[in-house]
Amino acid sequence: MRRIISAKVRNSSGVLNRVSGVLTRRQFNIESISVGVTEKEGISRITFVMVGSSEEVEQVLKQLNKQIDVLKVVDLTEVAYLERELALVRVNAPTANRSELFALIEPFRASVIDVGSKTILIQVTGTSDKVDAFVELVKPYGIKELARTGVTGLARSL
Amino acid sequence: MEEENKIKKGTRLLLEALEKQQVEVIFGYPGGAVLPLYDELYDSDIRHVLTRHEQGAVHAAEGYAKASGKPGVVIATSGPGATNVLTGIADAMGDSVPLVVFTGQVGTAGIGKDAFQEADIMGLTMPITKYNYQVRCVKDLPKIINEAFHIATSGRKGPVVIDLPKDITTLETDEPKVDDIELESYQPTYEPNKMQMTKLLESLSNSKKPLVLAGAGVIGSEASQELTTFVKKYELPVVNTLLGLGTVPYDYDLFLGMGGMHGSYPANMAITECDLLINFGSRFDDRLASCPEKFAAGATIVHVDIDPAEIGKVINTDIPIVGDIKRVLQHLLNDDVEKVSHDEWKEHNLSRIKAYPFTFDRQQQDEIKPQRVIELVGEITQGEAIVVTDVGQHQMWVAQYYPFSREKQIITSGGLGTMGYGIPAAIGAKIACPDKEVVVFVGDGGFQMTNQELAILNLNQLSIKFVLLNNHSLGMVRQWQECFFDERRSESVFADQPDFIKLAEAYHIKGKRIDDPLTFEEDLKEAFNEEGPMLIEVVISPTEHVLPMVPAGKNNDEMIGVE
Repeated sequence: MRRIISAKVRNSSGVLNRVSGVLTRRQFNIESISVGVTEKEGISRITFVMVGSSEEVEQVLKQLNKQIDVLKVVDLTEVAYLERELALVRVNAPTANRSELFALIEPFRASVIDVGSKTILIQVTGTSDKVDAFVELVKPYGIKELARTGVTGLARSL
Repeated sequence: MEEENKIKKGTRLLLEALEKQQVEVIFGYPGGAVLPLYDELYDSDIRHVLTRHEQGAVHAAEGYAKASGKPGVVIATSGPGATNVLTGIADAMGDSVPLVVFTGQVGTAGIGKDAFQEADIMGLTMPITKYNYQVRCVKDLPKIINEAFHIATSGRKGPVVIDLPKDITTLETDEPKVDDIELESYQPTYEPNKMQMTKLLESLSNSKKPLVLAGAGVIGSEASQELTTFVKKYELPVVNTLLGLGTVPYDYDLFLGMGGMHGSYPANMAITECDLLINFGSRFDDRLASCPEKFAAGATIVHVDIDPAEIGKVINTDIPIVGDIKRVLQHLLNDDVEKVSHDEWKEHNLSRIKAYPFTFDRQQQDEIKPQRVIELVGEITQGEAIVVTDVGQHQMWVAQYYPFSREKQIITSGGLGTMGYGIPAAIGAKIACPDKEVVVFVGDGGFQMTNQELAILNLNQLSIKFVLLNNHSLGMVRQWQECFFDERRSESVFADQPDFIKLAEAYHIKGKRIDDPLTFEEDLKEAFNEEGPMLIEVVISPTEHVLPMVPAGKNNDEMIGVE
């Protein structure tokens, strides 16, 4: 099962290594990982996506919690949560196709953030599924470049 | 004037922080990056033991820590000095041994530039330490050292590395005020959950076939006394892990011995048959639970451990108890369970202990049997010595035949199984306990990995007996090749060996070779009468196997070699 794990960590040097090292050593693959600051100075949040059974995830959570730099780890997929990912997609856009592409973008609430002579750069935000679906949709036009941030997420308000 | 006096160099701050931690001894080896630190040590009252290799220093620190319960302190220089201590750090991680290891590092400006004697020690030690630091600012030194000792010696103990860039140690600073340790993210649980404790007591009163498994966690928590009182109170049979030996005295009538691969038949059968297994501080290592799905399959599993990550890692646990074992046992002793009745189970275990002792051919007189050597040393030392081992066959025979009766009495490399551990670990143990007799059992393979440390025995007045059990081979490798690889003894037999006695003499210590099967008992007793450090080489059977044995991947009740 796909899991989104959210870890609050002390922002000390090498902390990303520590966290990813625990996963590597126990033979888990990270599908995506994103890191950024939190509301509290000196504390960062690492959000990563992995696939594993509940027993495996329990081990991962325990091993991560054991790290001196890790304050708290939660499996967001165990609670009500929201996830977002951002992707930048550079798509072939000859003049003839442009209006068609713009029409596609609309329902995804994506936006064009750069326009070139042959390509346009689209920014799309949403769950990984939504981003996947968008990428599939524009694939036939020819994707020149793709960059994704990886998932970040938080539990829903109670 | 007063203000000026408070300006201090990094090295001074470092040694003062060690003094504050009441460090008595440092094991180390100097080099370029730690020259400033060694210069400061020159005037210090802290004892420094100069080993002959950094691996010797770190294993000596482990031996010191295991024998004393105090953290071992190591200094190594940057680059090769630091990489030489990696094995010992990994060993300490495996066996939860508290160490604080200072590694030199090139100056801050050189880090990341592939400078002379530079190695990425933070990266290299991250997966094999409980925590590691690189000091980036001289003012942080006292705080970091304070934290490092706290982390190494609390919760589940372990090694901590402090990487010291050379320039940081020479900088001067106003003496910083050291605040109390505040590690929000590191708060080990010492007090057990009441509900789980109640469940444990209920299981105990309902159990017809209870069994206690005691591992290194009992020693980490210094809870042998409480454990012994507890098992005697409820007449519970006890199985030890290798590292748990000594937590319950061998002469307790329901002591079943070590469990697992080369454990006793009574221990392994009790594990298989019990209906309640109370595990105090063992991590269900694969040498104990080779086949996790069949391990104690019919039993309610209680796992008491200070490290929550150990619970459920290998064996599914019914009653998890995270806490300090000493406290858990104190609670258990305060609560009175209705006297459990498991007389049948008790008798069953007693009769199996009687029927299946460890065996070897005692009648033959053609060769010296290693088992008898260890048994005899047990008699000579009246079971009182601190026994240090290396790794391999002799280590298992020590676990089977030496009568351990107290915690911190066996010093051995359990988790990592590090050959070459024995000689330096014994040096550390003797330094920790100068008034106790220290005996080392070592094979001819492991001996040749770290024998350079014999050079420091006289200088440090370390009266240690080294019993070198020479079977002219890497016995455990050979045994596996003979059992599982069609007797193809690939690279496991030493065709040529040094004259070990001359080697001892070269290091100015006494040496005695014992090779006569008819007189070896007298010879050994005589050797043990000698004062001072001594190498006793005993030429043993070159074909002996460690038995009985649970073959890898088999369950504990599928032992071979049971007589």
